[in-house]
Amino acid sequence: MNSFFNKNGPLISTYFIIAIVFWLIFLIIIPQLYMLDLSFRPNLPPLLRGGPDDVHTLVHYKHFIFGSETSADAYNYVDIGVFLNTIFTAIMVTIINLCFCYPIAFYMAKVAKPNSARLLIVALIIPFWINELLRSFALRILFAGEGVINNILIGTGLIDAGINFIALDIALYTGLTYAYILLMIFPLYNAIESLDTNQLEAAKDLGSSTIRTHWRIVIPHAKAGIASGCTMVFMLTAGALATPVVLSSPNTYWFTQLIYQWFNMNDNWSRGSAYSILLLSVSVIFVLLMMRLFKVKIGEIVR
Amino acid sequence: MSADVELQNISVTFGSFYAAKNVSVKIKQGEFFSFLGPSGCGKTTLLRAISGFLDPSEGKVLIGGQDMAGIGPNKRPTSLIFQNLALFPLMTVADNIAFSLEVRGTGKIERRKRADELLELIALSGQGDKKVHELSGGQRQRVAIARALAIEPEVLLLDEPLSALDLKLRQKMRTELRAIQKRVGITFIYITHDQGEALTMSDRVAVMNEGELEQVGLCDDVYDYPNTPFVATFVGENNPFYAKVLSINKNEVKVESQGNTFVATAGKINENQNHSFTIGDEVIMFIRPESIFIKNENNKLDNNFSASVNTIEFEGNLKNIYLKINSNMDVRFSVPNAVDTSELSSNKDVELTFSSKKAVVLPKGSLAVD
Repeated sequence: MNSFFNKNGPLISTYFIIAIVFWLIFLIIIPQLYMLDLSFRPNLPPLLRGGPDDVHTLVHYKHFIFGSETSADAYNYVDIGVFLNTIFTAIMVTIINLCFCYPIAFYMAKVAKPNSARLLIVALIIPFWINELLRSFALRILFAGEGVINNILIGTGLIDAGINFIALDIALYTGLTYAYILLMIFPLYNAIESLDTNQLEAAKDLGSSTIRTHWRIVIPHAKAGIASGCTMVFMLTAGALATPVVLSSPNTYWFTQLIYQWFNMNDNWSRGSAYSILLLSVSVIFVLLMMRLFKVKIGEIVR
Repeated sequence: MSADVELQNISVTFGSFYAAKNVSVKIKQGEFFSFLGPSGCGKTTLLRAISGFLDPSEGKVLIGGQDMAGIGPNKRPTSLIFQNLALFPLMTVADNIAFSLEVRGTGKIERRKRADELLELIALSGQGDKKVHELSGGQRQRVAIARALAIEPEVLLLDEPLSALDLKLRQKMRTELRAIQKRVGITFIYITHDQGEALTMSDRVAVMNEGELEQVGLCDDVYDYPNTPFVATFVGENNPFYAKVLSINKNEVKVESQGNTFVATAGKINENQNHSFTIGDEVIMFIRPESIFIKNENNKLDNNFSASVNTIEFEGNLKNIYLKINSNMDVRFSVPNAVDTSELSSNKDVELTFSSKKAVVLPKGSLAVD
């Protein structure tokens, strides 16, 4: 602590400490703890809060699993279905994203000349100046029944009737994959870029095929970047709201939409909190699993 | 198996810049051949052209008589040792060595057996399960050699692999590399800017400058009979005397420099061909520091001059004595440490002598910049 003060001077040190403490305590810990507590409380009108009925209860978590008491089903198939579908789709989107971004990141890091790599990075970043909602609507226009893509496909005679990209969730997958592409590319790019190019040449000189070189040299080297990109993309995809609202098919629900409904439309903050906590828990478990799978430590992921 | 390597009129251009310019050389089967030159002279470019990482803009690379055009580095009978070794840090030593076999689909047991054999060759038996970072610099060096030898290449290419080592280890590795080459008997092509390295290890050297071959020959020939002023000054130390040709007699040229007259052999291109001079030509005469002696009763050779002592520099085994002729031209000579130099104080005039057989006259040209 003393050396920290000596190194940065009193003014900067104090600023850092206040900023970090404020960020951690007021913006992360207190709201999350409040939500956690709220998720274990019944949904009461304001007048009854803090009264004798305001006790800790598992009612909202029970609701997620068993559904409302008036329901005839044994389990809450609808909510559990939405939840599982969200997690499954997020995992699929993460995998698609990884497969899609790895070649691009490798190209930028090792193949392209510095100038064209920079140009490519700019080309990747600029579309993200447009906000997520607008980008989603733009994709909706592209993928609509009489949208640009269908018109082109029909116009060129490749298909006879328009494809319903929205109902097939193609639009949703595309939108979600595109939404967080940078968060996959940059960790991958950073990781691959730090690989000594001589290692690639050495592998090639020893007779290695391109695929083997990637499998044995590049991917093991970049695994921290892969884990980092996958966790970020997964978390943000599972927690996305705007893209699924705009692009999902009418009968597909995203779990965040349920959370949104409990908070806003049904005015049931406790249940919304419980659902949020569920999503957060699964996301954290996913991150821990990824780290286990890739044998990376948390310090390597954020590097 | 070992193969010869032939470069036929190789040129490599980057835009309008010639990294290599019309290089032709024949490297014999089983030879230890070095390309020697300052950084940026194009030697690494040539090595990359031989290994297949770079296509020459013009010319051909023949290995074992076969044209290598269109054959990638993974298909050539060559193996390259990188300057930074490029060992795979996430694999064990044995996996590194056997990587080329893994690539070829050799089974695990067979791979391990071969790795152990090679570890024995490089005197690292039993270290196969270590990670690369657990080895010392010299050990890593040897692992890189073993990895390159595992595919049984016909030609081993080495890109300044010793440059990262400290002096003692570097000297030890020179001997070791030479011994390994003798044992495996394949062609070694070595790239270095260190003339000591090139001269101690190689059968023949090619001296390069600015993308062009200056001279190819046996080590002592290149040292004793440099072909160009660049070679004369890049390989070893040399004193250039800017001079004018006075007379010519067969291989001997009489020149005048700073008021002194010297006789020297004309530099030769090869056995039969000498540089030809005419009287009055502007030339440079080179005489090496170790060929100049203090003149006395017992030591009197056919060339003599006088100069004044400037400074004496102690270099361990040698003492370098810096002189001035007519107080404007620098000359340096060196004597073994054992020689008593107490009489040579600053500004004292001394008489010096050297043999015409050790002096070489060459046409004027650019020197290697120190």
